[in-house]
Amino acid sequence: MSADRVTGSAGGAPAIVPAASLIPADQPFPKAAKVALGMPQLRKNLAHATGTIRAKRAKVAGELDDWERLRDTAAAVKANVQRRLPELAVRFEERATAAGAVVHWARDAKEANEIAARLVREAGAEEVVKVKSMATQEIELNEHFEAEGLKAFETDLAELIVQLAEDKPSHILVPAIHYNRSEIRDIFDQRMGDAPAGLTDDPAALAEAARLHLRRRFLSAKVAVSGANFAVAETGSLVVVESEGNGRMCLTMPETLISVVGIEKLLPDFADLEVFMQLLPRSSTGERMNPYTSVWTGVRDGDGPKHVHVILLDNGRTTVLADEVGRQALSCIRCSACLNVCPVYERTGGHAYGHVYPGPIGAILAPQLEPGRHDDLPYASSLCGACYEVCPVKINIPEVLVHLRQQGPHDAGERAAMGAAEAVMARPRLWRTALRAARFGSMPWRRKGFVRRLPFPGSKWTMSRDLPVPPQESFRDWWKERGR
Amino acid sequence: MKRVALFITCVNDALFPETPKAVVTVLERLGYEVDFPAAQTCCGQMHANSGYKRDAAKLARAFDRVFGGYDAIVTPSGSCAAMARDQYPHLTGSDIGRRVHELSEFLIDVAGVEDVGARFPHTVTYHPTCHGTRALGLGDKPLRLLRAVDGIDLVDLPAADQCCGFGGTFALKNAEVSSAMLADKCANAAATSAEYLAAADNSCLTHIGGGISRLDRTGGPAAPRPIHYAEILASTA
Repeated sequence: MSADRVTGSAGGAPAIVPAASLIPADQPFPKAAKVALGMPQLRKNLAHATGTIRAKRAKVAGELDDWERLRDTAAAVKANVQRRLPELAVRFEERATAAGAVVHWARDAKEANEIAARLVREAGAEEVVKVKSMATQEIELNEHFEAEGLKAFETDLAELIVQLAEDKPSHILVPAIHYNRSEIRDIFDQRMGDAPAGLTDDPAALAEAARLHLRRRFLSAKVAVSGANFAVAETGSLVVVESEGNGRMCLTMPETLISVVGIEKLLPDFADLEVFMQLLPRSSTGERMNPYTSVWTGVRDGDGPKHVHVILLDNGRTTVLADEVGRQALSCIRCSACLNVCPVYERTGGHAYGHVYPGPIGAILAPQLEPGRHDDLPYASSLCGACYEVCPVKINIPEVLVHLRQQGPHDAGERAAMGAAEAVMARPRLWRTALRAARFGSMPWRRKGFVRRLPFPGSKWTMSRDLPVPPQESFRDWWKERGR
Repeated sequence: MKRVALFITCVNDALFPETPKAVVTVLERLGYEVDFPAAQTCCGQMHANSGYKRDAAKLARAFDRVFGGYDAIVTPSGSCAAMARDQYPHLTGSDIGRRVHELSEFLIDVAGVEDVGARFPHTVTYHPTCHGTRALGLGDKPLRLLRAVDGIDLVDLPAADQCCGFGGTFALKNAEVSSAMLADKCANAAATSAEYLAAADNSCLTHIGGGISRLDRTGGPAAPRPIHYAEILASTA
């Protein structure tokens, strides 16, 4: 049993150690990442899961002849939304209100949480069932509810696993991606309270245990809380795209439904869904079509919730909107294709990013949503561009990463070194002198051909790689020689 | 005679003379007159990608001054060509990047040749570097040139499209993650049993080569020798 197994046996029941408790999310990314890299089981689980989804996505995206045109169209629709956001938000409010919904506006997480908690109390409830939602994680709604004496029960299977383990999600779409099934069995067995005796790690058995557990919750819940994948301004409708049907149960059974929706989720017209419903399932789960798509517009007599609330959430989005390069991050539809192809994410998982949005999209979204924090995240990328290549809405993530690096604070030592390098490189004669000096200075290593240890910061290089030595004869010498 | 300027890049200027020599050999073999403007230094990519926009802009303007008078600038680096093409317009408003060609682009798109008359009787695997492939859109151009080489035995590199973990200052700032990516790249390279690992960028090859050298010295599996594909195209062994 490896050291990092999330559940480690110490005689009797295996102890459940949430990965989030091991990976220091409050530390800068390189430090947190180093811890994650030292967890072999976590890395194995991540590599297996991301590799599987990556291959599925590539296959189904490749089936569509007009995939690139769909991406272009989606990017154009989102850019249009960003230009018309105030108008579209107001239109959404008008249409949703006309259909019987109550629309609330929340400037930040605090306001949204307070509105939501008040609505739960007004419904005479103390607990809610939840549809998987990134927006409610972003505002830490569950934590707020707990502090207020309310209980929020996650019903998405993976979110349920994470909640039972008292862990944090490590992926946008697959929050329990860092667990394998035997770890999940242990979590259910110890934490669910009503797991069947003799539960095995057979996926069907695990799903059945979760199903029975959740059924009881759905039948007793008076209030549900959701997010939304899309909010259609034209009709005032909200859309939730999911795989399990647990979301559908939450959206239809309780009397009161509260949806927390980031304002960037707006789409102008219902017809725009045609584009996004082709892109989202293929990019996220690698399916041509997701099993459950729920669309609701206000309240309908005798069908679904009697009280429908929508909390439109800003929480930093309008600040992001003001940055002409950075605002493309608001086009994100939370498919997580960028996470699955990212060589950094694949090796560290989501906890190391220290934000609810991890991976490449998190690296450009987190520092923008919370200015002054997460300045380390734009550097958590080799700029390989795999994320941009798969993004269904064509967010140029490498471009935004570089843009944010250009905004962010720089270390004084690094700034001095970069300034010195520029000063030399901007002066051809000085540059040639520096090259000659390097050739001369490295003479002791020439015979060996490489340097294997350097002092800091070069030690960061030589920790895993040798450094070649400048040659005896440079290209310039050769060029001059043959010119004679 | 057709005249082109050669931008050798700072990395080759400092460390790898054989690559620009090979570019000269190939271009002259095809009948081009090669100019080497001696005032060239660096395209500014390290500064730009590390967040030092003003420094990068100065180097971009210097690049413009040195190469402004040429219709075609050839460089053996996908990422330096991408720097000029993608980032100069934002940094300085210069469109000189349109005239900067990575070697394979120049040979296939401008010169219109795939067989450059090379011979290289060895097993070679090819790593498509990230900026060359994704930022510049080289596609399989370097591979097409390699396929036309006499005697070459090209073998596939597993997970070829995965980054080697270099990423400029990323290799230092996130040294552990970078090293983990490199370890996988080296293991995949070793699994090919090829004699050489070719690529279109010596910065990536410095990284991969550094990892392979470390493996060799510490009793790891035998891994291919890194080589810029221009050197294969220059060979007539």
